[in-house]
Amino acid sequence: MLAKRIIPCLDVTHGRVVKGVNFVELKDAGDPVEIARRYNEAGADELTFLDITASSDDRDLILHIIEAVAAEVFIPLTVGGGVRVVGDVQRLLNAGADKVSINTSAVLNPQLVKDASDRYGSQCIVVAIDAKRVGDHWEVFTHGGRKATGLDAIEWAKKMEALGAGELLLTSMDRDGTKSGFDLALTRTISDAVGIPIIASGGVGTLQHLVDGVREGHADAVLAASIFHFGEYGIREAKEYMRQHGIEVRL
Amino acid sequence: MNVDIAVVDYGMGNLRSVSKAIEHVAPSASVAVTSDPQVIAQAGRVVFPGQGAAPDCMREIDARGLRQAIVDAARSKPFLGICMGMQVLFERSEEGDTACLGILPGDVQRFPREAMHDAAGNKLKVPHMGWNDVHQAMQHPLWAGIEEGARFYFVHSYFVQPAAADVIAGFSHYPFPFTCAVASGNIFAVQFHPEKSQNAGLALLGNFAIWQPGAAAPAAALSGAICA
Repeated sequence: MLAKRIIPCLDVTHGRVVKGVNFVELKDAGDPVEIARRYNEAGADELTFLDITASSDDRDLILHIIEAVAAEVFIPLTVGGGVRVVGDVQRLLNAGADKVSINTSAVLNPQLVKDASDRYGSQCIVVAIDAKRVGDHWEVFTHGGRKATGLDAIEWAKKMEALGAGELLLTSMDRDGTKSGFDLALTRTISDAVGIPIIASGGVGTLQHLVDGVREGHADAVLAASIFHFGEYGIREAKEYMRQHGIEVRL
Repeated sequence: MNVDIAVVDYGMGNLRSVSKAIEHVAPSASVAVTSDPQVIAQAGRVVFPGQGAAPDCMREIDARGLRQAIVDAARSKPFLGICMGMQVLFERSEEGDTACLGILPGDVQRFPREAMHDAAGNKLKVPHMGWNDVHQAMQHPLWAGIEEGARFYFVHSYFVQPAAADVIAGFSHYPFPFTCAVASGNIFAVQFHPEKSQNAGLALLGNFAIWQPGAAAPAAALSGAICA
């Protein structure tokens, strides 16, 4: 049976891994290659790198990191952050990324999702959706949660699937950094609305939150950063907990 | 220059992962990512990867003049097809109703929407993405040291339906059993990504790097299978 995936997320800036708490307060959690190797050995199913480098001058740093990681870590690597044109997708794939995650640029230019998936295949195009509850619905935000787009998150998810996204990385901006668990209603609503896999993100504080994301949120994969980076829980421990709760995992 | 292992580059997907993984398990082998038919013809072994859509793959193969080199390699030397590189070995793909290389009899079908739910009625997503159990349907040198039921990493929406059951080397379930590995003479081909499947995948690539098809069984006809 297909296993539900656990994906540690490494936020990278200037060649170092950090974790944004509500995307503002940053803590340094180390060297990306070393961390990737450790997560690979610990049984992570995939790794996601988000390049949060602000200046475009330093963007090529992520390419070197991906090259170094891809030379010794043989599990799927997703890279996001600053992907603006099809050429960015190509550069990341060439460096060794298996999937490229598109966020703000998908909103500014939805055709990018179509062009990139037409060219490289849906399997390598992840669309990241940052959603926040606004009144009675969820709205898509960009720029790390600072800019409202007016787009309804559910409609947006369906549109991204139609344009060729192979997977959606769904982050609740209300929960991100809070350690209070995924926004399960958001996750379930979007997972049930589309036919492609959903990675739930934002808010993991306990192992039960991972279980809830799969069972209640219908997520196909769960993404977390701080609970793993700071050693609160191990990947194996998380998987054993999920298995005890009836979830198929790779152990 | 003669290379030990040629990785066929026809512009479809991330070949760096494939070549890096092979270099990792076969450090003494010379590995070349190439779109030169001459290099493919002279290589000791050939890896034929691929991602993307079947129509694009076939178009790119022909645009680069690689069809004959691929067919010749598949008939003459240790040959490993991966993902799309497995699918296009068959006769036809439902994806864009594409005529493929026709090296192996059978076709390629999409996961049918109406079948995509588990026993509890939960919807199953397509693409089939993630780590799934691979069951070995025959003994084969490429399975050496790999546990029956080991998990490999998959990303695909289509799967092969070989015309002859005796080429089926492995299968997986999503939710029904589907063929995820085939073996025929000097050809071995897999739907999953060994280069992304950590230890099990590296073991398979390592086995390929030293595989002597003729030693395991007489060079079988293309329709025949190695069944120990």
